Amino acid sequence: MKPARFDYVRPDSVDQALDLLARYGGDAKIIAGGQSLMPMMNFRLVKPAVLVDINRIPGLEVIEDQGERVRMGALARHRMTATDSMIASRIPVLHDAMHHVAHMTVRNRGTFCGSVCHADPAAEIPMIVLMLDGQVEVASASRRRVLPAAEFLVGSLVTALEADEMVTGITIGMSDPQSGWAFEEFSRRHGDFALAAVAVTLGVDADGAIRNPRIGMTGVGETAMRMRGVEALIDGCHPDEDMLGEVSEWLNDNLVPNTDIHAGADYRRHLSGVLAGRAIRAAYARARTLRGKQDE
Amino acid sequence: MSEHTDDLVAVTVTVNGMTHSRRIEPRMLLSDFLRHGLGLTGTHVGCEHGVCGACTISVGGRSARSCLMLAVMAEGLEIETIEGQGTPEALSRIQKAFQDHHGLQCGFCTPGMVMAIADLLAHHPLETDDQIREGLSGNLCRCTGYINIIAAVRELARERGPLT
Ligand SMILES: Cc1cc2nc3c(=O)[nH]c(=O)nc-3n(C[C@H](O)[C@H](O)[C@H](O)COP(=O)(O)OP(=O)(O)OC[C@H]3O[C@@H](n4cnc5c(N)ncnc54)[C@H](O)[C@@H]3O)c2cc1C
Ligand code: FES
Ligand code: FES
Repeated sequence: MKPARFDYVRPDSVDQALDLLARYGGDAKIIAGGQSLMPMMNFRLVKPAVLVDINRIPGLEVIEDQGERVRMGALARHRMTATDSMIASRIPVLHDAMHHVAHMTVRNRGTFCGSVCHADPAAEIPMIVLMLDGQVEVASASRRRVLPAAEFLVGSLVTALEADEMVTGITIGMSDPQSGWAFEEFSRRHGDFALAAVAVTLGVDADGAIRNPRIGMTGVGETAMRMRGVEALIDGCHPDEDMLGEVSEWLNDNLVPNTDIHAGADYRRHLSGVLAGRAIRAAYARARTLRGKQDE
Repeated sequence: MSEHTDDLVAVTVTVNGMTHSRRIEPRMLLSDFLRHGLGLTGTHVGCEHGVCGACTISVGGRSARSCLMLAVMAEGLEIETIEGQGTPEALSRIQKAFQDHHGLQCGFCTPGMVMAIADLLAHHPLETDDQIREGLSGNLCRCTGYINIIAAVRELARERGPLT
């Protein structure tokens, strides 16, 4: 199918974009990479009256090292995030996750911020943003605000963004260099949306117990999630069969995944337990190795 | 800022080295612009939601889904399509490798495959079959079973050598 009619505007600055949003509000839609919006417009699931193309606004296609945090500008493409060497060394869990975000051709255009604004319940980026204390920079013509990812991501394809607002950038925390990490995903085809995916970072203490675990999951709920329940369960423990069994059980009791044409809820629950076990083990092994190097 | 509130808007793009100007509706997909506006029907349209890869072209030197771009978004950009590759008499290197390895049957997916492979060869390591498969994971082929396409890319990657 083809998109319904709309007016097209191509602002040259963020201020111009915000003026347009102030003028048209709910009738307008921002287009960034277009890799989620265009399919929905082609199917006429979305029919904006005005399309605001931000692709030519200078200064947005950036990834910035802020020391403790990294900032993705509104036009940081998936390809940039996936191949950024600072991210590969300082936030390896994001580097690994990017490997699973769509395919080469889609990654050339799709954006980090667009993925978070789209808020697909099976997307990898919102999960990482939740897990690593993401802060979403939101602007309108009359005010600026910064929302924690957990407040920004409201539900399946639903965010806290008002009609006259746009996201100008997102920051996430760098990982502790001593922490282990792992990313495990199952999808039908490489680069397709996850049936279930788990991301883990954790440290180990001198006794080999898990410390400061962070766990994110996607594909198994209304939104991507930070799994504080599982984090509490494994904090201070050694990852043996019993502990991982408890994790599976917890997930089985607490997750409410969707059933769709790709997989049923039971299967997704089962996958979550298996993937969480693998990811926790792998992150733990890495953390042990890193700690070993430090103790030498 | 450019703002369009009338029905037709002017767009100028360079396709395979030739510059074209047309007046079009903002909602015209780049794939339709190439096919219907310019008569370049080598770019195929399979799904129009980004899944099949048949419509893959190159925009500014990187592969893109032409069904997920509006023609107006391509204003001023350099585009390459399959028509820029070779002719039946003088196939491009990628096309020749497809011929040598029997990398196509019906040929519907082939223009998108070739354009994706051009990006892979220009920017990606392709040291292992896994990397080749992953690089092509966004392009569907319902005929070949991919084996011969992979073989063609393997040869092209060997010929190219490591990325510098
Ligand atoms: C074949 C295919 C496979 C894919 N597989 C995956 C996958 O495995 N994992 C995954 O995570 N994603 C996947 N995607 C989606 C892809 O990652 C998109 O790039 C991403 O979801 C949206 O980013 P975008 O820049 O393309 O946003 P757009 O499509 O331009 O916009 C998406 C939404 O966000 C809004 N928006 C965008 N930017 C802003 C902004 N700065 N401020 C306010 N609102 C904004 C738009 O108005 C729109 O509502 C896939 C896409 C395709 C076509
Ligand atoms: S037609 Fe564009 S990806 Fe299928
Ligand atoms: S050759 Fe027929 S779809 Fe690929």
